[in-house]
Amino acid sequence: MSTALHIDLLLQRPAFALQATLDLPAQGITVLWGASGSGKTSLLRCVAGLERGRGRVQVADTVWQDDATGTFTPLWQRRLGMVFQEASLFDHLSVRGNLHYGLQRLPHHEQAGAQQALQQAIEVLGIGQLLTRHPATLSGGERQRVAIARALAVQPHLLLLDEPLASLDSPRKREVLPWLEALRRHLQVPMLYVTHSAEEVAHLADTLVVLDQGQVRASGPVAQVLSSVDLPVHLGDDVGALVTGTVAGCDPAWGLCRLSLPGGELWVANTGESEGTPLRVRILARDVSITLERAQHTSIQNHLPCVVSQIAPPVGHQVLVRLDASGTHVLARLTARAADQLQLRVGMHVWAQIKAVSLVR
Amino acid sequence: MTDILLSPDFLASAWPAIALTLQLAGVTTLLLLVMGAPLAWWLARTPSRWREPVGALVTLPLVLPPSVLGFYMLVLMGPHGPLGQFTQWLGWGTLSFTFTGLVIGSIVYSLPFAVQPLQAAFAEMGPRPMEVAMTLGARPLDAFFTVALPQARHALLTAAVLSFAHTLGEFGVVLMVGGNIPGQTRVLSTLIYGHVEAMEYAQAHLLAGGMVVFAFAVLMGLALIRQRSQRRAR
Repeated sequence: MSTALHIDLLLQRPAFALQATLDLPAQGITVLWGASGSGKTSLLRCVAGLERGRGRVQVADTVWQDDATGTFTPLWQRRLGMVFQEASLFDHLSVRGNLHYGLQRLPHHEQAGAQQALQQAIEVLGIGQLLTRHPATLSGGERQRVAIARALAVQPHLLLLDEPLASLDSPRKREVLPWLEALRRHLQVPMLYVTHSAEEVAHLADTLVVLDQGQVRASGPVAQVLSSVDLPVHLGDDVGALVTGTVAGCDPAWGLCRLSLPGGELWVANTGESEGTPLRVRILARDVSITLERAQHTSIQNHLPCVVSQIAPPVGHQVLVRLDASGTHVLARLTARAADQLQLRVGMHVWAQIKAVSLVR
Repeated sequence: MTDILLSPDFLASAWPAIALTLQLAGVTTLLLLVMGAPLAWWLARTPSRWREPVGALVTLPLVLPPSVLGFYMLVLMGPHGPLGQFTQWLGWGTLSFTFTGLVIGSIVYSLPFAVQPLQAAFAEMGPRPMEVAMTLGARPLDAFFTVALPQARHALLTAAVLSFAHTLGEFGVVLMVGGNIPGQTRVLSTLIYGHVEAMEYAQAHLLAGGMVVFAFAVLMGLALIRQRSQRRAR
């Protein structure tokens, strides 16, 4: 994993302190995940230079801030794009005027390249037919897509997104999410994405950073972080593993597809994907139970042979157990009583019964 | 009525006064926008503890009798006032009873009418548009002129219209600072006063009625422009 973004920041506020040291990869989407007040937006604003923390920020070979050498590049000289919660389009300009605002401020020799980048962003985000419209006539989802394209038009070395879907209602969210996924597939720009939504994490994250009370609680590849048992408890029902497999074949009679994983197979809903398509599924810890032997007469379709790899200390009267199915990690949430009765130990061979698997895509 | 309107006496006194009034209001409005916008921006944004005192000072002309304002302006600009001594030192003489003096007086008098709409608009706008512009590579001054001011265009128009209309109707400050010198400092309001003093009610009616109609037309026009732009934005 090559390091593209190095962050080492300390922000001291009267009622709040943020401390983060992160080395993040050069590509894909890194999600900063946490509850409100966890410091994720402050961290993003410090990286952008909208707020001044103490420490160091480096993107690829460019140092944006280093208080050890007194370096601080002002925001407007940093090659970044930023998308805020509200689209914040300039309402005195047309959509095209908005898209060209940043581009016009680039050095002349970069404008041709930026034109191309903008053209690509317009295509990937599907806003070609909106160019002559006025921002006030756009829907919330369209506005946010224009804001993203506007940020991409300056050919940023880093794209920062601060809860870009939070001000949209659920249908609009589902409308914009696929565009963001397309962005990750088609563009090379690394993104730092702030959200509190587990759904957005499941859809978008390649790398996940979990923030809690101004501290980094976990960071790493998303599947690894989500299957760790020591995430902050406040995630509650959202605790669950993210598993990637490939479609191995479908059974139209039952409306199900077999998803092949390193550690076995899962039945998932048939959404018409062809064989060999990679699929991401989410398995919530509350939907996983443990049996010592493979259950024979049960309505539950999905069973995986696993080894208990970690048991977290009980929180309340519940225990979070991490199971390893030959490289696929899932979490199970049990009552403390059940864990005691099964006499669960690390290293034990058990079966995971999975009641529900939700498709991410 | 028309015989009065067309009488050489009336025209000789009215036209210079009308021209001077429009000139004064125009120059004052222009200068007020140039000075008022940065002042309003500062008031809307600064965390400084000087914000409240400065804000109160800017609002003061709204509540003080114009004669009080005019009196102090006169003292300030007079041969013994600090401003008067400064202009004398520059070799300009004193500004009292001159057009320049009137402009300075009018700027102070109409200041709140220019600053308050702009300040409210900048405060409502919040820091976000400027932040967005800066993430797109605009320097702060560039962002102010290309984003903050255009976003506040309705407030800018309101500030201009109110300053202009308010300056047109000024009387107390003009009388104190400018006197009533025909062609130099005699504006419509002082001319009307002169006609009333001389019991020339017909002439006073013409001028006063004209001003009422003009002020109404301006405010009505402003309301229509606002309504149209709001409808377009929807």
